[in-house]
Amino acid sequence: MLPGFGLTLGCTLLFLALVVALPLAALLMKSAALGWADFLAVVGSPRALATYRVTVGAALAATLFNMAFGLLIAWILVRYEFPGRRALDALVDLPFALPTAVAGIALTGLFAGNGWFGQFLEPLGIKVAHSVTGIAVAMAFTSVPFVVRTVQPVLEDMDPELEEAARSLGATERQVFARVVFPVILPAWLAGGSLAFARSLGEFGAIIFIAGNLPFRTEITALLAFIRLEEFDYSGAAAIATVMLLAAFLLLVLVNLLQAWQLRYLDKTP
Amino acid sequence: MSTRPLHRVPVTGRPAAMLLVGTGMLLAALVLVAPILAIAVNAFGAGVGHYLATVTHPDTLHAIGLTVLTAIVVVPVNIAFGVCAAWAICRFRFPGRKLLIAVIEVPFSVSPVVAGVAYLFVYGDQGLFGDALAAMDVQVMFTVWAIFLVSLFVTSPYVARELIPLMQVQGSEGEEAAISLGASGLRTFLHVTLPNIKWGLLYGAILCNARVMGEFGAVSVVSGNIRGQTNTLPLHIELLYHDYNTAGAFAAATTLAVLAVLTLVVKTTIERRTAALRREAMEDGAA
Repeated sequence: MLPGFGLTLGCTLLFLALVVALPLAALLMKSAALGWADFLAVVGSPRALATYRVTVGAALAATLFNMAFGLLIAWILVRYEFPGRRALDALVDLPFALPTAVAGIALTGLFAGNGWFGQFLEPLGIKVAHSVTGIAVAMAFTSVPFVVRTVQPVLEDMDPELEEAARSLGATERQVFARVVFPVILPAWLAGGSLAFARSLGEFGAIIFIAGNLPFRTEITALLAFIRLEEFDYSGAAAIATVMLLAAFLLLVLVNLLQAWQLRYLDKTP
Repeated sequence: MSTRPLHRVPVTGRPAAMLLVGTGMLLAALVLVAPILAIAVNAFGAGVGHYLATVTHPDTLHAIGLTVLTAIVVVPVNIAFGVCAAWAICRFRFPGRKLLIAVIEVPFSVSPVVAGVAYLFVYGDQGLFGDALAAMDVQVMFTVWAIFLVSLFVTSPYVARELIPLMQVQGSEGEEAAISLGASGLRTFLHVTLPNIKWGLLYGAILCNARVMGEFGAVSVVSGNIRGQTNTLPLHIELLYHDYNTAGAFAAATTLAVLAVLTLVVKTTIERRTAALRREAMEDGAA
């Protein structure tokens, strides 16, 4: 029997209680003190509803992009040898390493009317800076690594004999991917997408620089919570933050279910 | 963690593979490389003199100092937390172990703004401890203490989530042998456990450090944003940007961008090192 069980578990629980549980409990208590009717009035106000539409819509668009882009990157990193592969592999983590405020001003610079991308997009009528599209771009950038890093290890661990068996039985490359590879990576792909979606819902730093932040048009939910604080409307801020917290917990449960599905799948293949 | 060697197919002479790799590389250049280049180009857009003036301005230097101080306070605490959590979870069986692993990851799912708001309701005037702190004449919110506390929350999972899977795989035979030979718990940890987890520990600490230094949302809720006092580097970038000093904001941003690139380089080096060690261990096992 190793020593230190009481000490390490005690320290861990104390830390989690003070640093994680206490603030979240305080937030929920503040919300509860508001009463059901007032809570609904705050979180169901037209301005709040508009922020949910903007945030969820942009997060969905960003997630769809990342599910396609992430799958492509994971696939080429695992299956092909090409110049620059190792650099690409390292670069995938850039959005996690780069502070969000830095990403925010960089993306705004790229997509502004005189920016490298904006100068080509604006004549085509595509306005990215100060629009919902810009919000989606910022969300997409900050959540790039999720899908790549969940799908990549599953692809690496796949038994190549499964695909060879399918090919030897006359399956085309497309059939091999659709019937053999895709079912194996599906839970990881969906889990990565859910993580990217959750991150996009909560993202703040990268978005506020590019969004324009107009109420009802380009205002995200996190920003509304922030604005309520600046107006000293603490109950309003608590209610909106509580909605975000509950959405985050729901997604966390979803991700855990997907990961359990993934593990069950792996256990079946010897 | 791959258990069999991968056979990667060279792309030359395969049109479909070349198309996929080409598309991936082009998109990666547009999505990942362009923002980094944009920071560098914009930072020097108003000339090298302006760049140097911004980076060496007292407010920027103060922001750099506060950011480094926050990392010096927060990273060691989260290393200690990560080691404690990993030891308890990986070396003992107790009910609720899996739940505890899930709870440790919670801060990753919580929006930084929500974290900041939540801390306000503990230590702010309206918060749980508001009256008690006021009675003792202690101000936490809108001071560096609040910055330390929210940074601790936001980055608490980084070290633990690297160490837990690592220590689970390694098992406890070595440690049990050391204890049975009469070594103390601390000695066992330092001489048996630590050499095995040092790369994972460093990896987690580096990611934790990058996030502490770059955190924006949570810090901007609780810091008060006082120039020259509670302004961390990311907040200082926002301040310059909203002062219409775009070149200045990009100049300040280069410091954090360099930190991000260095983090990636060290992270990649550690990953290659641990992969090589794992291969060696497997070859030894096969021999």
